[in-house]
Amino acid sequence: MSPVRTSAAGQQAERDALLERLTDSVPYNRLLGVRFDRLGDELTGRMAFRDGLIGNPVLPALHGGVTGSFLEITGLMQLAWDQVLAALEAGDADADGIRAGRFPPYPKTIDVTIDYLRSGRPRETFARATVQKAGRRVANLHVEAWQESRSRPIAMLRGNFLMPVGTAGAH
Amino acid sequence: MSGAEQGGGAEGPDRFSVIREAAADAGAEGALMTGLPFGREIGMRLHSAEGGVAVVSVPYDARLVGDPETGVLHGGVITALLDTACGWSVMAAPVKLLSTATLDLRIDYMRPATAGETVFARAECYRLTRSIAFARAVAYHGDPEDPVATAQGAFILDRAPAKEAAG
Repeated sequence: MSPVRTSAAGQQAERDALLERLTDSVPYNRLLGVRFDRLGDELTGRMAFRDGLIGNPVLPALHGGVTGSFLEITGLMQLAWDQVLAALEAGDADADGIRAGRFPPYPKTIDVTIDYLRSGRPRETFARATVQKAGRRVANLHVEAWQESRSRPIAMLRGNFLMPVGTAGAH
Repeated sequence: MSGAEQGGGAEGPDRFSVIREAAADAGAEGALMTGLPFGREIGMRLHSAEGGVAVVSVPYDARLVGDPETGVLHGGVITALLDTACGWSVMAAPVKLLSTATLDLRIDYMRPATAGETVFARAECYRLTRSIAFARAVAYHGDPEDPVATAQGAFILDRAPAKEAAG
């Protein structure tokens, strides 16, 4: 194996580990059991089903607050991860801090609108966020959650998030 | 059916009645929402649900924190609380319902919740049509005039069928 390959694989393993650490640094992410897969800079949230997430036991259906939380978590994590990636790519002092477990401050939710399209069934749920605008102060996001097929979203969120002071946006 | 369902579904309105009666006896502490698994999961309590108005709360819990630096509750917890409050205000409206489901919910965060404090939500179902209910809610600590967040939403109604005259 060439040294270049080893280093690339090492970088991917490091980023996977950092993403897991970032995810688990938020207690509420752990309560809902949310995990993230990553492809390039895109995160996919995954939330396994368990009985404690039910809102209506008769159907049964996921609680709307669980689905809404999962959407918001996915959006916040994408924004937080974008900051981490930017620092790692720049390789500056922030990158050293991140490697030592000091993540940038979290963005704060300003407002969200959630549309519930379909009942959340007792099965694994996925979500992906699209950053519509990464401004210096405010980021605008669209997040979709789905279960059996991405073409049949169960809920969507759009929202504005206040970026922490001192972190640069892309635009 | 869509979204985030509340209420009894096929079992009729019994689940709602049971929790509402529990709330009536609960006093200042509120009643644990035993018929609502996620409500029980996060320790949500129902204080009242009557005349289209519902009050619910979530006591502070380290498992619900969204920002480990500040200990502030995650926005998703506030979303769950406001969604539940709105849904219960609809179920408590003067109309016979089997269940209701959230169509959409808009939430504005005015300030972070204070770490360590219980968050209350008071919701009001302010308009009913044949198939839709409109509700709004405020999340707060001690004073509803100093809100943590406000919400407004539309809910689809699953009305109980009108009883046939007995023969």
